[in-house]
Amino acid sequence: METVTEITTRNFKSQEYFINMGPQHPATHGVLRLVLTIDGEIIKKVEPDLGYIHRSIEKMSERDSYQQIVHLTDRMDYLSSHINNEAVCLAVENALQLEIPDRVKVIRTIISELTRIASHTLWWGVMGMDVGALTTYFYGFRDREMINDIFEETCGARLTMNYNAPGGLMFDIHPNFVQRVKDFIAHFKTKLPEYDRLLTGNVIFQKRTKGVGILTKEDAISFGASGPVGRASGYSCDVRKHHPYSAYDRVQFNEILDTEGDTFARYRVRVQEMWESMSIIEQLIDNIPEGEYKVKTNAVIKLPKGEFYQKVETARGELGVYIISTGTKNPYRIKFRSPGFSNLSLLNHITVGGKIGDLVATMATLDLVIPDIDR
Amino acid sequence: MINEELQTLLSSWNFELEFTEEESQFLNISVKPEELYGFMKQLKETPQTNFDYLFCLTGVDWGTELGVVYHLESTTFRHQIVVKVKTADRENPAFDSVWDIWRTAEFHEREVFDFFGIKFNNHPNLKRLFLTDEWEGWPLRKDYVDEVNMVIK
Repeated sequence: METVTEITTRNFKSQEYFINMGPQHPATHGVLRLVLTIDGEIIKKVEPDLGYIHRSIEKMSERDSYQQIVHLTDRMDYLSSHINNEAVCLAVENALQLEIPDRVKVIRTIISELTRIASHTLWWGVMGMDVGALTTYFYGFRDREMINDIFEETCGARLTMNYNAPGGLMFDIHPNFVQRVKDFIAHFKTKLPEYDRLLTGNVIFQKRTKGVGILTKEDAISFGASGPVGRASGYSCDVRKHHPYSAYDRVQFNEILDTEGDTFARYRVRVQEMWESMSIIEQLIDNIPEGEYKVKTNAVIKLPKGEFYQKVETARGELGVYIISTGTKNPYRIKFRSPGFSNLSLLNHITVGGKIGDLVATMATLDLVIPDIDR
Repeated sequence: MINEELQTLLSSWNFELEFTEEESQFLNISVKPEELYGFMKQLKETPQTNFDYLFCLTGVDWGTELGVVYHLESTTFRHQIVVKVKTADRENPAFDSVWDIWRTAEFHEREVFDFFGIKFNNHPNLKRLFLTDEWEGWPLRKDYVDEVNMVIK
């Protein structure tokens, strides 16, 4: 990244100048610095400057055992921590060719979908806040709190859960789990329409989001967009549909697609996805199979020599775990392909030519979690 | 297309390819550095293969060789493939950039450059992504000396 002196002495066209957005900016939701080149209020260029929270998880993983790596992954995208854990566990289980009990698969899927709802409600709250609707923030956090309470009772942690382990789960579910999830679904079904009444139909909100930050389907694929960002452009990219894992092959749900590709479409896709997540949970919650909650693995897990790839759908999109093993207890190389990293790379492409206010709205619907990008 | 069909099709192309046999769910292909760009372009533009989605781009240090692994998928056929390119030149490793084939490669290649020191010819903006410009060395290489002990052994 250029130093300040280099940037200020750069040859600017008549009216152009640069401005820093972040690393301490409320709309970047974390330590992301965007160097904006602007002409008046028109954006000419957006250059993300990364690394403020890089912890070198890939390098640390080369020294750690597979059980330990699971614990590192929920520090990446902390709002999808359970799903990140699941990705590593699935990769290890596939490599060892372990037969995972149905009970584990169903519980994992239920908690993954609860995680998705929790992440989307938080996103919905801060999305509203970013465009000036402060009430959404409190609504979103209120409903997310119920999910966090369920997580706390299940595994003791509210955010970085570590409920998964290679071979199954850390513990069995709490006796209250089923009832509390049902209570939450019943509660949230009355609250989600409220979200629509409060924000979706709001004229000011629609004017700020419709036709802003348009991403075409071709660009979405080329930039490797995934998750709601890709689906809002009509690009069918749901890993749960195309490469089903855990219990996703035994539930019925729709992949929410939109064609507009603008900020409002990305918003609408996420809100609709919360309905689908609730539907998935309802199909599974009464039919949790009996059985073991974990299969026995060796205390020291050694993967066979080879290469293993597992992709899962986090709340933000496609997370890939690529393990190169030489047959020892540590991976030779592990790579996390994070959804936020690819989604950030298209920010410049869809915001150039727009206004700074539009950049804030657009960035909110990319739903960036900075530790996911920095890893 | 399943892996065998892909292998038959790709063998008929005019490239020097090596189909490697490691334990993996994908078809693994090694390509020579000088043929990388042409091969990649053909993978994307041939209608039967149509690999339009580069879902993972990884730098790897195999000990003596440095290289890049490309995971590709077709969004129409949903078949997947892995392309590997390696070089024994550790002083000045360089491959052709594929950023104009898949735009996502622009960021991913910067990450590989940042951690492995692999250069990408024709890349529009090849500079450090996460680390500062003053950082010495390439941290994810196996021979990197971790002087400040950031990752404790």
